[in-house]
Amino acid sequence: MPPSTPSLRHQVIALYKELLYLGREYPLGYDYFRPRLHKAFMSKAGETDEDKIRKGISQGEYVKKEIEMLYYLKRYRTLRKRYDADA
Amino acid sequence: MASKLRILVPVKRVIDYAVKPRVNKAMTAVETAGVKHSMNPFDELSVEESVRIREKKRFPGGVEDICAISAGPPKAADVLRTAMAMGADRAIHVELKDGEEMEPLTVAKMLKAAAEREKSNLVILGKQSIDDDAAQTGQMLAGLLGWPQATQASKVEFGENNSITVTKEVDGGVETVKAKLPMVVTTDLRLNEPRYASLPNIMKAKKKKLDKVGLGDFGLTNEPRLKVLKVTEPAPRQGGGKVEDVDGLVAKLKELGAL
Repeated sequence: MPPSTPSLRHQVIALYKELLYLGREYPLGYDYFRPRLHKAFMSKAGETDEDKIRKGISQGEYVKKEIEMLYYLKRYRTLRKRYDADA
Repeated sequence: MASKLRILVPVKRVIDYAVKPRVNKAMTAVETAGVKHSMNPFDELSVEESVRIREKKRFPGGVEDICAISAGPPKAADVLRTAMAMGADRAIHVELKDGEEMEPLTVAKMLKAAAEREKSNLVILGKQSIDDDAAQTGQMLAGLLGWPQATQASKVEFGENNSITVTKEVDGGVETVKAKLPMVVTTDLRLNEPRYASLPNIMKAKKKKLDKVGLGDFGLTNEPRLKVLKVTEPAPRQGGGKVEDVDGLVAKLKELGAL
């Protein structure tokens, strides 16, 4: 299948790589994260409607933010428990 | 005319906060080989704060330079890359041999020399590292430099004439102090929410400048004053017990001598 627009295709690949990179620290392990991420992308691999692809990308960006926030909160809470006497 | 900020951000590579440290067989130190390392979380806060001062244009004169510095083994370069990915402009790596440790006083002396060489007028560093938990470096550095210090900052604000107002976390509340540049600030957990060093930013950070120097370049040698005699794991927690009823509780308390 020829790519509809190269830039969208690149955006999707970049997003996938970034999510993979984020997944290395996933609390349930990379082995849990990677197949699920792959499945999520593969399920929409045949998508050709540009608007839908854009929507998918923004959904991916949202997931990225969520994971970053998850890491931040996990670390913040752990440190707070360790260093804050009242926590 | 307000001067421009030149911020020095010392960072340390430590065992990742999520890893449970193990004592080595010889009971002389914590096992570090093959253990995941990352940037000291308190140092992430200081990198983030420096970047935010620039991005939000909080300092009237603007931020001229954000320089990260770390002393450590060759792998400490990774945390400097992370600092640059988060937004530091450049980095200095003071290379030590693998397994070589520096005491807070030596670190403070090194940072003093670095701050003078880089003409820094603000040093933002973590209040402590999560491996040694000494919480001494910032204070010693301020003492050596003769600069005012604000420790455990939860808020940093800039005013007229190079003044800085810092809200500090103290027991049971906060304390607000004000001083003029130059200054040393150490960060506490609630100062900000550090950003994640994303993959594209890590890649971009590889183009930023990373200088490698030795302790000798600062005219220092690493002479430990303390000797670690023994390192042991904390005693395992004693499990609790359940009592059936009030009589059981009273009996148990009497048995333990609490009644």
